[in-house]
Amino acid sequence: MTLALDPVATFERARSGMVRARRRRSGLFVAAFLLAVVVSSWVGEVNLTNLATGIPGALGYIAATVPSLRFGTLGADLADWFWALDRWLLLLLDTIVIGFLATVMGTAAAFLLSFAAARNLSPNRTLCFVTRRVLEIARSVPELVYAMIFVFAFGLGPLAGVMAIAIHTTGALGKLFSEVNENADLRPLDGTLAAGANWFQGMRYAIVPQVLPNFASYTLLRFEINVRSATVIGFVGAGGIGQELMFVIRQFVYQDISAIVLLIILLVCIIDLTCERIRQNFTRAGAA
Amino acid sequence: MTPDVEAAARLCPDAFAKPVAGRTVHAAGWSLFVALTIFCLWRTGFFDLSRLVEGAGKLGWVLGFMLPPAHNGWLGEFGWALAETLAMAFLGTLLAALAAIPLGFLAARNIVPNWLLHFGIRRFLDGIRGVDQLIWALVFVSAVGLGPFAGILAIAVSDTGSLAKLFSEAIETVNRRQVEGVEAAGADRAQRIRFGMLPQVLPVMLSTTLYYFESNTRSATILGVVGAGGIGLQLADRIRVNNWDEASFIILMILVTVACIDWLSGQLRMRFIRP
Repeated sequence: MTLALDPVATFERARSGMVRARRRRSGLFVAAFLLAVVVSSWVGEVNLTNLATGIPGALGYIAATVPSLRFGTLGADLADWFWALDRWLLLLLDTIVIGFLATVMGTAAAFLLSFAAARNLSPNRTLCFVTRRVLEIARSVPELVYAMIFVFAFGLGPLAGVMAIAIHTTGALGKLFSEVNENADLRPLDGTLAAGANWFQGMRYAIVPQVLPNFASYTLLRFEINVRSATVIGFVGAGGIGQELMFVIRQFVYQDISAIVLLIILLVCIIDLTCERIRQNFTRAGAA
Repeated sequence: MTPDVEAAARLCPDAFAKPVAGRTVHAAGWSLFVALTIFCLWRTGFFDLSRLVEGAGKLGWVLGFMLPPAHNGWLGEFGWALAETLAMAFLGTLLAALAAIPLGFLAARNIVPNWLLHFGIRRFLDGIRGVDQLIWALVFVSAVGLGPFAGILAIAVSDTGSLAKLFSEAIETVNRRQVEGVEAAGADRAQRIRFGMLPQVLPVMLSTTLYYFESNTRSATILGVVGAGGIGLQLADRIRVNNWDEASFIILMILVTVACIDWLSGQLRMRFIRP
């Protein structure tokens, strides 16, 4: 009798011990989490009165940017809302130009550096280490910080924006490209080197053809990101639509805010859809 | 050997050279690209050599002043601003996740079968995501005033869009069998979600949210540039008054903090995914 009951009791005891340990651990997690919430609310100056006045204030602000469109005079109302459309479209063009040029420059630099930064391809260890650190610095400092520095050096305008986004692109793509390079098949490289190629020829004829499709897809993805960045780089004076948006927000020109934000959303959507279409073509061509 | 190859090349030239049509398209594509690049270079002012040279000189001057980085007695101030940045990222992500849970369920096709509602919520979330976090920050600074609260709201709103979309995708891909099992045991609608779906999606939600916290610490460092509190405000101030050694010190502090948070959140994520 006691023999038959004993295993059950042992099991129950072990189980309740495990449940207790688990509860204790979860309790500890919850306590740490609540402590983090309290401390960060204190540091971040969030309290109930702040929330109670802030959230309706923010909603009211957004509501104020919505123009009154009446059905009878829709055309005139729209024309009134987008009254500076030609100027804004030109600024949007500038934004695309910044994104495009930064992608071209950043990709070119990332392409050149990615072979030296790949552990299996780099001609020597020091060069590999130095290149990797350079790429790390280039991508971990935020674009906006580069933009502020370049605006100081080169003056207001898209020049600083292009440089800032290009440097960040170099860092981000350089890392991705070098990872693609590290996964490349090395047998073609052995073949070309055995046939008497030097390092550059080896990269050109054995590695580049393998990695190019991946590079292209990453570059297109980066172009989408860069156009997004180009819309806000103007906040520090580095050109594009952001400069105008900053101005109308600072001047509380409510309807212009919503008009420009809508144009930005539209631009980002068009770029995203176009790039997706091109990428699909790439992958389909690669599969066929 | 060689005469044979030459003879073969004469016989079927297409096998030894790219077809003319392909080459034309290739050349046209490249010339279009080069022309476009030159136009962009012209439009952004890269052909203004004197400006480039002068700027490069100034840049060298700035880099000279950046080294060595120094805090000049502002260390406490910087530390507090950094804490503010972390608090902004944490609370912003938390609020976004809390708002994204109901929205994510509403935007999931297997919870709300009504396609019109589904479509409407999806487009609404797309709209929120289409606006950059910095624009939200600028808007909230105007609406609620300078300070970290505006930054928290900016992070919360912009990430609600992204998190709700990711959550709804996680909910749409749950395994039907567990839900059916709970249903067969007599569960009602709420219980089906609680016991059939939630255990499957919760780890995904947690790890996504942690990933966003990580990325938000990075973006919260620059929200201050437009006035939304945190270390970015200090950095923008230092750059504005040409205190380059303090600016580089702040940049270093940001890099170290971001690296620490990356590591910490990576550890936590591992725990949630593999308990």
